[in-house]
Amino acid sequence: MSEKKPAIWLRIYALLAYAYIYFPILILIIFSFNTQKINVRWEGFTLQWYKVLFNDQNVILATRNTLIIAFTSTIISTVIGTLAALALQRYRFPGYGAAESLLYVPVIIPEVVMGISLLAFFASIGLTLGLGTITLSHIAFNIPFVTLVVRARLHGFDKSIEEAAMDLGANELTTFWRVTLPTIMPGVLSGALLAFTLSLDDYVITYFTAGPGSTTLPLRIFSMVRFAVTPEVNALSTLWVLTVFIVLLIGQIAQRSQSPQQTR
Amino acid sequence: MAAETSSVSPAPRFSLIRQLRESPHAQGLALISPTLIYLLFTLVLPLLLVVVLSFMTRGPYGNIIYRVNLGNYTRLMDTLYLRILGYSLLTAALTTIGTILIGYPLAYYIARTPPRQRSVYLFLILVPFWTNFIIRIYAWIMILRTEGLLNSFLLKIGFIQAPLDILYTPTAVLIGMVYEFLPFMVLPLYTSLEKIEPAQLEAAADLGARPFMAFLRVTLPLSLPGMIAGSILVFIPAMGMFVVPDLMGGAKTILVGNLIRNQFLTARDWPFGAAASMLLLILTLIFTLFYTRRAGFGEELLV
Amino acid sequence: MKTFRIAAVFVILAMLIAACGGGQKPAVKSTELNLYAWSEYIPQAMLDNFTAETGIKVNYDTYSSNEELQAKLQAGASGYDVIVPSDYMITILKKQNLLEKLDLSQIPNIKNIDERFRKLEYDPGNEYTVPYQWGTSCLVVDTSKVTRPITKWADLWDPEFAGKVVLLDDVREVLGMVLAVLGYDKNSTDPAQLEEAKAKLSELMANVKLFDSDNPKQALLAGEVWLGQTWNGEASIAHSENEAIQYIFPEEGCTIWFDNLAIPKGAPHIDAALTFINYVLDAKNSILITKEFPYSNPNKAALELLKTEDPALYEAYMSFPATNPSDEDLKRTAPIKDIGEATALWDRIWTEVKGGE
Repeated sequence: MSEKKPAIWLRIYALLAYAYIYFPILILIIFSFNTQKINVRWEGFTLQWYKVLFNDQNVILATRNTLIIAFTSTIISTVIGTLAALALQRYRFPGYGAAESLLYVPVIIPEVVMGISLLAFFASIGLTLGLGTITLSHIAFNIPFVTLVVRARLHGFDKSIEEAAMDLGANELTTFWRVTLPTIMPGVLSGALLAFTLSLDDYVITYFTAGPGSTTLPLRIFSMVRFAVTPEVNALSTLWVLTVFIVLLIGQIAQRSQSPQQTR
Repeated sequence: MAAETSSVSPAPRFSLIRQLRESPHAQGLALISPTLIYLLFTLVLPLLLVVVLSFMTRGPYGNIIYRVNLGNYTRLMDTLYLRILGYSLLTAALTTIGTILIGYPLAYYIARTPPRQRSVYLFLILVPFWTNFIIRIYAWIMILRTEGLLNSFLLKIGFIQAPLDILYTPTAVLIGMVYEFLPFMVLPLYTSLEKIEPAQLEAAADLGARPFMAFLRVTLPLSLPGMIAGSILVFIPAMGMFVVPDLMGGAKTILVGNLIRNQFLTARDWPFGAAASMLLLILTLIFTLFYTRRAGFGEELLV
Repeated sequence: MKTFRIAAVFVILAMLIAACGGGQKPAVKSTELNLYAWSEYIPQAMLDNFTAETGIKVNYDTYSSNEELQAKLQAGASGYDVIVPSDYMITILKKQNLLEKLDLSQIPNIKNIDERFRKLEYDPGNEYTVPYQWGTSCLVVDTSKVTRPITKWADLWDPEFAGKVVLLDDVREVLGMVLAVLGYDKNSTDPAQLEEAKAKLSELMANVKLFDSDNPKQALLAGEVWLGQTWNGEASIAHSENEAIQYIFPEEGCTIWFDNLAIPKGAPHIDAALTFINYVLDAKNSILITKEFPYSNPNKAALELLKTEDPALYEAYMSFPATNPSDEDLKRTAPIKDIGEATALWDRIWTEVKGGE
């Protein structure tokens, strides 16, 4: 794009747009310190809701569940998805087209349809809903996203390194493990990160496949927003935003220090 | 048997493994089989089950009777449900347009800032993008309700005499949807805009085009892939949304997503819900094909 | 293909672990209890005390209507141990064979329940259920916003209240209310009457701000709505925060209901369930319910205890019609009944009204 600085009206617009995006979040944070329980009018400053939050067993359980599900589904879906990306990007095999289409169905399918289909399926085989069913469901929608990301990475992959390795005597497995994988690792990690985020944030599919004692953070937040709304949910929201902010910041700094400024 | 000079692992004896090593077909299949098997059980079978369900009948108490009947589909053709469907499509379309209107100038701005600063602006878009969406919706509930911030402010400055009824109306649902989906439009648009070479714009200027014409004739068409990618990311999920109408619509606005959810959870008419799901799925596939035919499943989707 | 083999092992292992994560069937005493109940109904303090005393961890999931509970149970293998269905739902669940019989020898505290609630129609002899709380779903009015006296449901249709009404998100409650306004039986199965009710309800939609069974008091206290239909417990809490909010038994009549503790068939922790039920019926635990969610408490011993432990609260309980309706009030109430096959028609009308604008 042009190196000329953007017009003044565009800058003003951008400022307004960012204000529009961040204003609600700011409100959330401010009102997490409100003394009024039903949190409609500002009545005073307090930190009590954060105390309530840290003692809230339901939230702690939900956080634990969410993290377990996210880690498990990320690991499994990343492995499976990476293999699939390799398959699709480098090989041609009978049924290629069908496999590719099948793979991308979870990306396209409306979440509610996927959710109810899984509910109906688990009900029909008599599987009790719980952490297990949620994890199984998350892996299902994570795999295609991992595959997409890793495939993109494989796109510009220069096979000559692999050929060189083989010429030097390594067999396919060693080549993969020692040469290919490390090279595509950034892509694999991106895919894993995406899978982790999707799992962490998922509401709809989790809603249909959750069972007793397997509430996740998004489900819990929804309940908190529906019933007995207190500033506690604001406190939880504030912490969530803060965590995202810090994690992204670390990611940015890590990226900056690793690779010099690249033109995308 | 090919001569093995490798000493890292012994030459395999089993013919199966030998087949794998020599046949790229087999290797490809082997790599993709975990995915295929997994999706068979968590995608194909469940969806087939839904298809079967959609032809079944509902028992008096909401249990399923295995008797084939097309009644669910004929019932869907009733004006009431077509209206719900139409309304969902309209909402999704309005949401998409809203995100384009608000998001395009923003993406354009980011694409034009010097690369060093760009990552900051992108970072600022990503933070809300990664924040749980229910939290962000709740923020709007706090702002839009009768004694919420918007009304309090407008009343205070005397702009209005009585509080505006925004929350629990279709307007609120739309506001929530646009806010929720905005990052999904901005990011692909940015990717697309960022790729446009300054040289092309300069060429247009050299040929006598004024900035606005250059924008219309060069920039806009070139950013089309991004817009299409963004539209896929917004329109399709928006069609099946039920959380936002639930939270911000006061359980009065029924979109297709709510309809399906209700059939499975309160009305207990699984066959009918399955039929509605099938309809939604088919529509989704149609729109996806329509969109991807225009621009291909490009990298714009992979931000 | 070492990588592939490792991956395959991972996948299979993970699937096995995940699948096993669901339900265990311990032969020994349970340490966990899966409770499925109405939202805003079970005090966390009571659950925490229970865990402290018995070591049994309680997972409390919520539903917003009897129909939602039914849907979960019908789907099978829900994994829940204790549920809290209402009267008519118990009749239905019994018919569908979805309830476990109670071993009353494990629930000695049942003696605390007021005699009046021991022989109710849907479960005389307490074979399957034990009363939890009872109450009514009647008119609630914020008298600081609505100055004229409101005495009937029909008042809700007044154009003055456009966008100011809250209704429960419950087909039996709302449609039943409309039938009563039309002078019909609130449990009617007559298709013609139901069509009429549907039309009448559609007229009301302009006044309805929202449907909410989970937290109707929020809308009242936040000033979103001025009047509507709500559970007596919600009205009590709202009243305690804002005295202008009153609870009224309308002329056309409203619903009286009884919620009960029950054990679904196939519950994984029946021993824990029975312990829990007995615990809830203990007077000192029961008053925790009344303190936090002031519905009407069928536990006579608990009310006795409340009189001495917290006289102010007892006074409030006894004097507010939501928690302690007079006989006159009760004459205007009627229970919801199981309507069998007509349920499908009611459900369909509900979908149509909500989707119809």
